[in-house]
Amino acid sequence: MMENAWLIPIFPLVTFLVLLLSGGRLRERGAYIGIIFTLASFVLSVLALVERLTAPTYKTTMDWLSIGGTQLTAGFEINQLNALMLVIVSFVSLLVQIYSLGYMKGEERFSTFYAYLGFFTFAMLGLVMAPNLVQLYFFWELVGVGSFLLIGFYFYRQEAKDAAKKAFIMTRIGDVGLLIGIILLFWETGSFEYEEIFQAVQAGVIPDGSITLIAILIFIGAVGKSGQFPLHTWLPDAMEGPTPVSALIHAATMVAAGVYLVATMFPLFLASDAAMQVVAVTGGFTAIFAASIATVQKDIKRVLAYSTISQLGFMMLALGTAGYVAGVFHLMTHAFFKALLFLAAGSVIHAIHTQDIERMGGLWGRLKWTGPLFLAGTLAISGFPLLSGFFSKDEILMAAWANGNYFLFSLAVITSFLTAFYMFRLFFMIFAGESRIQAEQVKESPAIMLLPMLVLGILAVVGGYIQTPWFGTFLGEWLVEGNEAVLGSGHSEGPVWIMLLAVLIALAGIFLAYMIYAKTKLPREWLVKKDSTLYRILENKFYIDEIYYFTIVQLIKGIGLFLSYVERFIIGGLVTTVTGSIEGLGKIGSKLQSGQVQQYGMIAFLGLAVLLVIFALTGGYLR
Amino acid sequence: MTGVPLSAYLVLALVLFCIGLYGALTKRNAVIVLISIELMLNAANINLVAFSKFGVTPSITGQVFSLFTITIAAAEAAVGLAILMSLYRNRKTVNVDEMDIMKH
Repeated sequence: MMENAWLIPIFPLVTFLVLLLSGGRLRERGAYIGIIFTLASFVLSVLALVERLTAPTYKTTMDWLSIGGTQLTAGFEINQLNALMLVIVSFVSLLVQIYSLGYMKGEERFSTFYAYLGFFTFAMLGLVMAPNLVQLYFFWELVGVGSFLLIGFYFYRQEAKDAAKKAFIMTRIGDVGLLIGIILLFWETGSFEYEEIFQAVQAGVIPDGSITLIAILIFIGAVGKSGQFPLHTWLPDAMEGPTPVSALIHAATMVAAGVYLVATMFPLFLASDAAMQVVAVTGGFTAIFAASIATVQKDIKRVLAYSTISQLGFMMLALGTAGYVAGVFHLMTHAFFKALLFLAAGSVIHAIHTQDIERMGGLWGRLKWTGPLFLAGTLAISGFPLLSGFFSKDEILMAAWANGNYFLFSLAVITSFLTAFYMFRLFFMIFAGESRIQAEQVKESPAIMLLPMLVLGILAVVGGYIQTPWFGTFLGEWLVEGNEAVLGSGHSEGPVWIMLLAVLIALAGIFLAYMIYAKTKLPREWLVKKDSTLYRILENKFYIDEIYYFTIVQLIKGIGLFLSYVERFIIGGLVTTVTGSIEGLGKIGSKLQSGQVQQYGMIAFLGLAVLLVIFALTGGYLR
Repeated sequence: MTGVPLSAYLVLALVLFCIGLYGALTKRNAVIVLISIELMLNAANINLVAFSKFGVTPSITGQVFSLFTITIAAAEAAVGLAILMSLYRNRKTVNVDEMDIMKH
């Protein structure tokens, strides 16, 4: 099956092309084309994964370009990580497309939406199958384009337009880092192939300083795509896109691309302690930073967006503390429960047509399916015992502890508490308390939307059992199989109290949220006063957008203004001078043609006279 | 007859030609311009006749050619005057300065 794995990204591409060429005439039928082709991709991915469980890594390449002595190849590779990512991406994409049938009902540009989804899925699947960095970069950028199109789907709204542009530009900043990293890597090793690069790294061919620099540059690419601090500001704004898009792109797939990149290049990062430190600290800081913002946001999707940033920070923290398995494991469980949360949030928005959680409440009895599913996702992300998030978060804490970085470990613990708190704040504000909306207005979403949520809900609950300290660490062992020396063991060992601490912390967060937002035993201002400085800082997201606006944006604008003057006056002046002089010459020439025959005759006569004079003086010889 | 040298004829022709040229280039009235052109033609005729008598190989051919030239000049004057007439009918002017419609 793995020989035919190249078909996996081709199917969504076919969807895209068919829907694009049909020019929107297919309307809602376009959705079925998208779903069927994505289903085909998913089936193939599962088959490839099942085969990869026992078979060795499959890799095939063909020569694409040969420049001098350098061969550029194109092809695909199915190793453990790739196979896992293929299944996650195609699966979430499939579910999101089914869900969108209900959510996007009545949308004018229905088939365009599915065309974009197909395009994005194609790019993302191509990204995770790439066997070398050039191909990866290629699909990396396509993913960016797909995200741009989907965020800006409601392009007639100014906010959506701005958000799409912001996402594109912010990730582009990271992409530049990635590109420079790839070029430097090629300069040092003369190859874009992963295997050759890792061999060169292990052989110690590359100087230590270069490895650190390259690893950090590549990490900058991951920072942009995965919304890590300081390039995170695009992700909350990207919530302007349709909610299914948020579930697909900004929860499960595209933002995971950065984590995937670091995981793929893991041997390179391992070779440099400094780079690992950078990854871990960035991840840890982003995790607590975004979690603290999420505690005060009022827009349901924004809370989830900051939660995503925070969880991605967790994954980076895990990778940075040599917890390869922990990072990838959390990537997988997060894809399930965060996609579920976004779809459930979409279902809530679909039911009551608002995103402001202050205006929600008391929906538990009204949304009989959405409520429990949302609760399942919330419990999973909070690290409630025996749910998927519990195991993966545990793995990360163990990895951080085993790495001996106790500062980052405590950061992660605090973040866990904040995560449980803000997620249950969100949950209670939506579902508990007094109903603030008329009963007849609230309608449960159709089955076509509930079904994908149900599937994700089951996975969010049981998805963690492939890697537990009790029933075996199947995923971890499989992921590092044949590569233990580099990737580390399949499971991080740690003291038992860490798990107990994680449980207590999660329960404490849930309890606090319960007391404040559900029971209202504690006033909302119990922790932080509403008009205090801290609250205002958090509500304004640490003023990061404003800081960027007043420093970088204004600086760039200033440079732009200066350059526009250069363009207008210096370059424009030059051009005007040239055109002006040519025009002047032409005017003089046209004056000569006056239409006065007598003038012509006079000039002809004078010319003859001059010739005669010259003739007389020289005697007819030119000297 | 023999007392008059060739150079006298040539000078007469030169003077006539220059007067004609001056008139053709400076006069405003189109009729005068046509007359001036006739003067220049006749200056050429004088040259032809003079050379047929005093040239290196005197021959009657020069005089014959001058007769042809006079004939052609008459035809040309007729055509010129005809053009001038139709121009005058259309433009109500014989001023050469105003006849510049062919400049573009």
